[in-house]
Amino acid sequence: MSDTLFEFLCRMGDNTLVLGHRVSEWCSHAPVLEEDIALANTALDLIGQTTLWLDLAGEVEGAGRDADKLAFHRDVWDFRNLLLVEQPNGDFGQTMMRQFLFDAWHLSQLTSLMDSSNAQVAAIAEKSSKEVTYHLERATDTVIGLGDGTEESHARMQAALNRLWPYVGEMFISDDVDTAMIETGIAPDPASLRPAYDALVADVFRAATLEKPQDDFAHKGGKSGKRHSEHLGHMLTQMQWLQRAYPDATW
Amino acid sequence: MSTPEAKPYPGTQAVEHDKARADEWPLFEVFIRGQHGLSHRHVGSLHAPDAEMAIKNARDVYTRRNEGVSIWVVQASDIAASSPEEKGSLYEPSNDKVYRHPTFFDIPDEVGAM
Repeated sequence: MSDTLFEFLCRMGDNTLVLGHRVSEWCSHAPVLEEDIALANTALDLIGQTTLWLDLAGEVEGAGRDADKLAFHRDVWDFRNLLLVEQPNGDFGQTMMRQFLFDAWHLSQLTSLMDSSNAQVAAIAEKSSKEVTYHLERATDTVIGLGDGTEESHARMQAALNRLWPYVGEMFISDDVDTAMIETGIAPDPASLRPAYDALVADVFRAATLEKPQDDFAHKGGKSGKRHSEHLGHMLTQMQWLQRAYPDATW
Repeated sequence: MSTPEAKPYPGTQAVEHDKARADEWPLFEVFIRGQHGLSHRHVGSLHAPDAEMAIKNARDVYTRRNEGVSIWVVQASDIAASSPEEKGSLYEPSNDKVYRHPTFFDIPDEVGAM
């Protein structure tokens, strides 16, 4: 039981860790000052959530690892994040599209987790959901604004959607870990979140004048850790650089 | 570091820096009511495409250290302001009207603090 719970907590924490790091790559590079600060805030929210998830994961594992150990002392094959969140930032539009596609899933996942049979999971979900409600609101407005914007912004948003859509399906696929979480009432069935997700993104894409790709092919292997994309390894060399060069260095 | 512009991954579009256009988004003035404050106070300004985004931007720029419980934004061009050149006619006449300050009365002790 604690094995599957550990696995589940790593999935939650690795999603926020990897996306948080990706978003932080924009720091001082965003198109305007206001967006730069907003993106940095989002990244910090996600890293804060990571600390909660991975500290709990370490506690459940009982092998003396805390969030820092898990974040900085694991290599690619031990990461359990969705392939979507490790995709490169691309342009600002692609970053915001990735954010929207993730936030829409993240918020409904957290809302379900607030009723989790595990009190600590429910508490982390409740705290995180307030931050993520705002992330989703902001990402939604930006996707609509840029999608229904100029010819160029529209073309970039459509290109971003076409590129990222094949990574959406993985959020709703289940495996043995999910089955164990459903049976113990810790987490919802991933597939049960799909109808509301599809309805939400359809509304937003309509407002944004964007067309959802017809093909629902889904890349997978991120949350199971079987096959990450080549991008995660490159990202970790940056994110983990200090701990790799100076193992166990502290402030 | 991996910056979005400097090192695009193959197959993604790099963002090129356009020349900055100062008037691209209108300027908004931001007013925040603090945790215990009674009135909104001017805290600064920012750019945003519309009022709704201006509130979101204000939330991100000016309330990240828990400064506020309420935000007002107003497009800077909608603010009517007095002109600095008129300060002579507007404000100087009150300089010598000391009797307008209620400092010429002896306040009985029973009244207490005013």
